[in-house]
Amino acid sequence: MQVTVTINGEERSAEVEPRTLLVHFIRDDLDLTGTHWGCDTSNCGACVVLVDGEPVKSCTMLAATAAGHEISTVEGMADGAELDPVQQGFIECHGLQCGFCTPGMMLAARALLNRNPDPSEVEIREAIAGQICRCTGYSNIIRAVRWAAAHEATTTTQGA
Amino acid sequence: MSTVEPPPTIGYGPMKRKEDPRFVRGQGRYVDDLKLPGMLHGAALRSPVAHARIVSIDTTAAAAHPKVKAVITGADLEGLGLAWMPTMSADTQAVLATDKVRFQGQEVAFVVAEDRYSARDALELIEVEYEELPAVVNARTALDAGVPVIRDDQEGRSDNRIFDWEAGDAAEADRVFDAADVIVERDMIYPRCHPAPLETCGAVAQMDPVMGQLTLWTTTQAPHAHRTVYALVAGLPEHKIRIIAGDIGGGFGNKVPVYPGYVCAIVGSILTGKPVKWVEDRAENLMSTGFARDYVMRGQICAKDGKITGLRVHVIADHGAFNATAQPTKYPAGFFHIFSGSYDLEAAHCHVTGVYTNKAPGGVAYRCSFRVTEAAYLVERMVDALALELKTDPAELRLKNFIRPEQFPYPSKTGWVYDSGDYEKAMRLAMEIAGYDELRAEQAEKRARGELMGIGISFFTETVGAGPRKDMDILGLAMNDGADLRVHPTGKAVLGISAMSQGQGHETTYAQIVSEELGLPSADIEVVNGDTDRTPYGLGTYGSRGTPVSGAATALVARKVRERARLIAAGMLEAAPDDLEWERGRWFVKGDPEQSKTIQEIAMAAHGAGDLPEGVEGMLEDTCVYNPPNLTFPFGAYICVVDIDPGTAKVQVRRFIAVDDCGVRINPMIVDGQIHGGLAEGIGIALMELIAFDEQGNCLGGSFMDYLIPTSIEVPAWELGATVTPSPHHPIGAKGVGESPTVGSPPAIVNAIIDALHETHGVDRIDMPCTPSRVWEAMQGNATPPQ
Repeated sequence: MQVTVTINGEERSAEVEPRTLLVHFIRDDLDLTGTHWGCDTSNCGACVVLVDGEPVKSCTMLAATAAGHEISTVEGMADGAELDPVQQGFIECHGLQCGFCTPGMMLAARALLNRNPDPSEVEIREAIAGQICRCTGYSNIIRAVRWAAAHEATTTTQGA
Repeated sequence: MSTVEPPPTIGYGPMKRKEDPRFVRGQGRYVDDLKLPGMLHGAALRSPVAHARIVSIDTTAAAAHPKVKAVITGADLEGLGLAWMPTMSADTQAVLATDKVRFQGQEVAFVVAEDRYSARDALELIEVEYEELPAVVNARTALDAGVPVIRDDQEGRSDNRIFDWEAGDAAEADRVFDAADVIVERDMIYPRCHPAPLETCGAVAQMDPVMGQLTLWTTTQAPHAHRTVYALVAGLPEHKIRIIAGDIGGGFGNKVPVYPGYVCAIVGSILTGKPVKWVEDRAENLMSTGFARDYVMRGQICAKDGKITGLRVHVIADHGAFNATAQPTKYPAGFFHIFSGSYDLEAAHCHVTGVYTNKAPGGVAYRCSFRVTEAAYLVERMVDALALELKTDPAELRLKNFIRPEQFPYPSKTGWVYDSGDYEKAMRLAMEIAGYDELRAEQAEKRARGELMGIGISFFTETVGAGPRKDMDILGLAMNDGADLRVHPTGKAVLGISAMSQGQGHETTYAQIVSEELGLPSADIEVVNGDTDRTPYGLGTYGSRGTPVSGAATALVARKVRERARLIAAGMLEAAPDDLEWERGRWFVKGDPEQSKTIQEIAMAAHGAGDLPEGVEGMLEDTCVYNPPNLTFPFGAYICVVDIDPGTAKVQVRRFIAVDDCGVRINPMIVDGQIHGGLAEGIGIALMELIAFDEQGNCLGGSFMDYLIPTSIEVPAWELGATVTPSPHHPIGAKGVGESPTVGSPPAIVNAIIDALHETHGVDRIDMPCTPSRVWEAMQGNATPPQ
């Protein structure tokens, strides 16, 4: 079947089997490999993307279900050379090590900041609680999101 | 507003990571990201049972699937001489089962198809008839009479024993125990857990039949060692094999072994003439790849006049169906004999018996230097048990028994020579950060109100950076690492290392080492790792070997280049080499600092027109292999504060204080990050992570719904402290740190739980993982080890 989505502002289309998971559609058919695949059971969150601005585990959604929706992935976060404050925050605060969970973590953080520009530590912990990072022990991810909140341009609409 | 200091450009310090820009843009280069023209996809059929004879395998229907290009069985591999492969412990492991399956999840057949979904569809079409055999699940009874022999593939084998090994002096330990006035015994297990890196294992194999060249993109922490294994297994010429590790999404020891999937991908590519990708799913990762620990331990500690005098332990080590640990040949129980820990004892002795069971192979060092984790857990639990018996504060007991600073280098009773340490200083700093006396007061108040709060301590000493080639090898390969450094004419440099980052930030840290030694800006130094065609030989990154071995090689190769630069500068300055003095970034004439040449000027001169001094070649590069004279011995003092819900028995780690001494810190930001991550894994191991089995050998930890990993909710904000006691024999005084937190934290957490429950509930022992149900049982007086 033909599936068409708007991904990072661009309309993309591919012929897929109806059973194709959104994560595989994004990675294998649209060649956006920044979205990762870590567990199959919706526990790890390496595959988190934004669908219409909300974090979704893309291993849990069929590509067909996403048809017609707006999807944001890590590849769409930066505006050319200009990084999203979340991306910059992860660099500044050592919020990543192996980088595998990072795209999903950053997108969850982006969605959080879009609805809550000044989240507390507890609110950040809750916002990323559905995602696993095996490297950082989370503290620096939380610092990174707070850094982003402090550096957010007031007009930003990235990823929303 | 910036909360971060501007980064240094030269030398050590909290420099931002060079690898981050690609990761935050989703431009990492993980193996599953690779897409080659014509690439096919492989999938493995796995055994549903733990122990069975294979009666027949029918692949007819799978082979007829329109998208299937090849179906491979053990029989096919036998024809190629590839049905079995060597493990890193010189045992053999089935690539695809031929005679029997020996654990649930073992590889039985491999399908190569046009896409990943079709490959999995075809697995369903393979018919395997099994004749089930009783499974050996409990390591404690694996040697009993009448128990099935798992490895009947080995000629003459009549039981499930892999090895017996001991260290220390048994007779001397007996003498010390006889003279003691108190002896405490504890049974404990360090249960089977799994490194579970977020990226599973995988490979893309591309065999070029015309050139006879194999390229393998793969998740490996040890690219060069893997290349040698493939050369040995497949008989392929080593110079025609290129291993590329790319970016690795976490390893923690899980990506040290060679797995059957890698070999099958290679065979698939040979058979089809196309590149073949194989990436396991999470269940496959948890059920079949290298697990960790699984030590059943009985410890005894003794004291005389409040002074700890002896420690002895007996261990049954469950290695699964194939002995696939990756540890130095001479040490089948790894470095478990560091179990005397941080204490000045009169005697210590351990005996370890390794056994086969019908479980996945492994015994890998999950963020651990070869069983140091089990050893630290044993001794720190035993010291707390003794403190309970003596009714002494556990901090005081440790302070009274530490090896003192003036005793270093300290020869331990099991054969180690600890390089350096100041244990009391680290312990007192941790107590100060924690506010130890205030915590004890708070605990007493809470106890009076019926609240359960515990304070747990551990003090660990590790032995990391294997190792001296006279003592340590894997499969006969010396545990050394190489570095080669090339400075280009414009003063930009490329460093090739045999270590392999799995997220530790080697591209940054190793550039900083060269920067410190040569005075080049870190930004001008490119670090290459994980490509056997572009890096020198060495055994890779695990057991905290990175900085102790590969980091040393890097510093030494930079010093060799610096000496070469001295000769060139001497010619440029028309001075004798001995008359020059080094200041970071330049050679100058002694007594005349204005007369100098920068390293960049020297680099250009090395490659430029004009004469060089007699005998000096026109380049600025060198190579080095580091053979460590000794291991390094990082240490640390950890204090954990837990609250336990009296109604649900749920343990929450409220505070965690970690004071680490890893010697000289190259990049403190990265060091702290390593400690954070390891502490979280330690909480996972202590409270959540368990690969359990039922009586039939069914794996009960095969998904992230069953194998629980800490999220942001289960871990606290970390409180770190540092002391710096340089290693005297390491070129830059560094010791290695990546594994310290995983080694040190589990005993602190378990000690905290016992501390919370001892006075009120009489709990004096509990085994990990301390899940609510297990803590609840302990509170009812029914503490039982997990099976």
